Amino acid sequence: MTASVVAETEILASAKSPKRKRFRMENWWGVIWVLPSLLAVMLFVYGFIIWTARVSVSAWKGLTPDYTYVGAENFVNLASDRRFHIDITNTIIFTIVFVLGCLLIGLGLALLLDKGIRAEGFYRSLFLFPMAISFIVTGVVWRWLMNPAQGDRLSGLNLLFHNLGLDFLINRWYATPTWGIAAVAIAAVWQMSGYTMALYLAGLRAVPEALREAARVDGASEFQVYRRVVMPLLWPVTLSAVIILGHSSLKVFDLIIAMVGKQVALDVPAIYMWTTTFDGFFFGRGAAIGMVLLVSVAVLVIPYLWYSLRQDSEG
Amino acid sequence: MTAQTAGVHRSRKWVYIPLTMMALFYLLPMFVMLNTGFKSFEEVSLATMWELPSSLSLDNFTAAWEILSPNVWNSLKIVIPAATISSVLGSINGYVLSKWKFPGANIVFPVLLFGMFIPYQSILIPLVDVMSRIGLAGSIWGLILVHVIYGIPITTLIFRNYYAAVPDSLIEAATVDGAGIWQVYWRVLLPLSIPAFVVVYIWQFTSAWNDFLFAVLLTSTQNWPVTVALNNMAGSQIIAWNVQMAGSFLAAIPTLLIYIFLGRYFLRGMMTGALKE
Amino acid sequence: MKRTTLKFLGLLLVLAMVAAACSSDSDDTTTTAAGGTDETTTTAAAATDSKVEVFSWWTGGGEAAGLDAMIVVFNAAYPNIEFVNSAVAGGAGTNARAVLASRLQANDPPDSWQGHAGQELIGTYVAADQIEPLNFLYEEMGWLEVMPETLIPLISKDGNIYSVPVNIHRSNVLWANPTVLSDAGIDMPTTLDEFYTAMDALKEGGMEAPLAMGEQWTTLHLFETIMLASMGPAGWEGLWDGSVAWDSAEVTAGLEDFAKILTYTNADAAALAWQDAGQLVLDGSSAFNIMGDWQEGFFREVGSEPQTGYTWAAVPGTDGNFQFLSDSFVLAKSAPDRDAAIAWLTVAGSLEGQDAFNPVKGSIPARSDGDRSLYGEYLLSAMDDWASDTVVGSLTHGVVANDSWKSEIDTAVGLFLLDYDVAALQEGLVAAAEASG
Repeated sequence: MTASVVAETEILASAKSPKRKRFRMENWWGVIWVLPSLLAVMLFVYGFIIWTARVSVSAWKGLTPDYTYVGAENFVNLASDRRFHIDITNTIIFTIVFVLGCLLIGLGLALLLDKGIRAEGFYRSLFLFPMAISFIVTGVVWRWLMNPAQGDRLSGLNLLFHNLGLDFLINRWYATPTWGIAAVAIAAVWQMSGYTMALYLAGLRAVPEALREAARVDGASEFQVYRRVVMPLLWPVTLSAVIILGHSSLKVFDLIIAMVGKQVALDVPAIYMWTTTFDGFFFGRGAAIGMVLLVSVAVLVIPYLWYSLRQDSEG
Repeated sequence: MTAQTAGVHRSRKWVYIPLTMMALFYLLPMFVMLNTGFKSFEEVSLATMWELPSSLSLDNFTAAWEILSPNVWNSLKIVIPAATISSVLGSINGYVLSKWKFPGANIVFPVLLFGMFIPYQSILIPLVDVMSRIGLAGSIWGLILVHVIYGIPITTLIFRNYYAAVPDSLIEAATVDGAGIWQVYWRVLLPLSIPAFVVVYIWQFTSAWNDFLFAVLLTSTQNWPVTVALNNMAGSQIIAWNVQMAGSFLAAIPTLLIYIFLGRYFLRGMMTGALKE
Repeated sequence: MKRTTLKFLGLLLVLAMVAAACSSDSDDTTTTAAGGTDETTTTAAAATDSKVEVFSWWTGGGEAAGLDAMIVVFNAAYPNIEFVNSAVAGGAGTNARAVLASRLQANDPPDSWQGHAGQELIGTYVAADQIEPLNFLYEEMGWLEVMPETLIPLISKDGNIYSVPVNIHRSNVLWANPTVLSDAGIDMPTTLDEFYTAMDALKEGGMEAPLAMGEQWTTLHLFETIMLASMGPAGWEGLWDGSVAWDSAEVTAGLEDFAKILTYTNADAAALAWQDAGQLVLDGSSAFNIMGDWQEGFFREVGSEPQTGYTWAAVPGTDGNFQFLSDSFVLAKSAPDRDAAIAWLTVAGSLEGQDAFNPVKGSIPARSDGDRSLYGEYLLSAMDDWASDTVVGSLTHGVVANDSWKSEIDTAVGLFLLDYDVAALQEGLVAAAEASG
């Protein structure tokens, strides 16, 4: 399926000829070519963010826009908003379960597949296919698999556990107090761990065999080869994976809506923004939540973007 | 695929145990969807969820298709133009940003790129407002426009990375022959771009097909794509869960097919999503 | 190649899809419940010159069937207007409202939509200047003579009438499984204390959750009926007109009753819709369910019979009170097709339309001249109660508070489900009233 993309691009980077400046009239044609996209993004991303920021400091409540300036009131209210606190707790639990789950399963699968087994292509395709499916589909199916009913109404995974004699595994899934969101995170792990595996696999394939061989010649056991040689080289992959997974866990919306609907116990900021804006018409508050989300994502992503691109241009 | 060194091939049989267990985990939801889908209405019950169907029946798929088919067409009407237009724009941007860098191009690129990461909750309120002002709210065209615009960052990224790998000498050779920016693109780069187009197209197709947030906000009921209709169906309890399962499967078919037949390109797009420079 | 297996699987999928597509042609008896285009609409589409888009959250069971029955009346009366049924799922319109709000913000309104009589209508749509007064239609059709006097003020502001009510529902109904009750030797409880005693007995008899409840909005529904039971009609109504303070001891007592009631409910409530909760009663897994009288529509839909399959009474402590809600339809200010919308409203307010709709939907007509012979045992009792009881409004269904206030209360109740902290709930309700009341 892939000769690793990472390896591919790194080779390219090192082979790249030194930058040459080509200042010609035609370069300005380039600007014109890019302009439509640039303008669209400037308006639909940056313009809208500024607009949302403006709404977030307004008193807008109800179906009629109201841009009366109220300062940081909406943000201050969020700080003492119990529902928002639940959202943050849920986001933290979700992120930890989701990111760790994906990293561990992804790395584990990548290491297993890296052993040069026969059906590698088959397994790899199998682990990756959930990525192609919509979160809505995933949510609908997992909603039934994780049905929390107990007693004679057991169904889904609980029923499977019961049939297999694994009754101790039966639990209330997403109806579990406090930790219910972790059940939703498991469904998300199902969807994204294959992706993490692919990232790791690419990273593993980029480790020069010569390095491993050298370690083996030095008498390192296979385990030591992994620990001392391979793992340190996988850190950049782990960083990429953490950023990608982490930022998508801040944005999770579809999966929760499809799986458990809108309930405070399983609320996250993205859903609170939605319901308070479009059910309760608290536009100012909704915009404030949107801004908080944006800043959290930016804190995670901007340093990464900067770092990646700097490396890229130095390449 | 990639050849492994001989030494590793020793007795690795045990790795199949964890791999197969994980494979079961990944297949479980698929199994439930299909197993339930193929049962007849009489046979479906939550208590016998894990039993195989006694005979293959298409009742559930038929019922689900009846509800979802208009929405499947809507999805196609949205996704195909959206993927096409954003691929073309991405190709142009990627070309200019990698081969005809104008002063400031190094700033423009990350500025575009950041758009890929924003939580859409931070732009929803203005988005609805603007879409209604330009008369596109509720329509299929509005949703296409939104997918195109918010697709620009990733499509630009993929094409830029792809074109960066094309040796500058090729471009120079063409310019020496008097080709301008357009001719270079048309004659030199475009013919080389097919794999990148496949990657981008698949990526955009899949993410637009799977979108829910924009669609639920921006389309009126008749124009709903399949994800919104499916969620709507799951919300109305009178539609039995078996039909929901079958419907889920129908909604997943197009992207699954793409994945099965064009998996390698799909993966390529995903990796670029990790900014893998 | 390794991928041959997967390719084969892929082929199978295609075949499945094609097969599903083909077989659906041969079988068109099923009516589409959720989709935008209905069988009824497409057949009428052939000879149409205009269309009316009507937005509702009636996608399932008796609701959808009732709407279909009214559409039949509409199509007969206006054969050249195509009826576009934009129904969005979600109990009490929880998803539907978000979709409607986004369309209103986007200035893309349906011609007419479902809105609950009361503050949802007045405090939300009228306040935002989204709908047109309908006095002309009331005069033309003589509806002032037939619509109940209690209802008109709830759909009016400054002398303008803003909607056409099609039905009346009762929210304070206790549903029960008669077999379970008689086996346990329990009578239908009439006070909260009797209710507790009955459920304690059932619990001792091994029933895990005597009171079946569903997802979060059904908790809010439970909340409104228990508060009414505890505070009485004057206390309840006082909360909304400001004469009773949210931080008063009366409210505290009501909240404590609510907290106690919740201890009898099922642990998987969050995963259940209101129909599922009703099903638990029919199955005998639970003895009781508190839900509006649309539950009866569901019971009949699944083939259960009154008195043998299910029985009912006012929620304990609310006998003599009729906590009501009324579904009504409005005329959008910027309706794409105003004439077609008015045609729809004419049908919605007509005796024929209401008598087609209500027996199927499981509600009583808003008009007081409905044909009693069309209605079943439960609905006849509801008609009598509506005429004689003290009428109070529902919160969950938009009568007493506007959408903003309601959503804040919903959040407070949702938070309460996490910690059962009565004091915190009361604080939340006080804050909600300050922010939106």
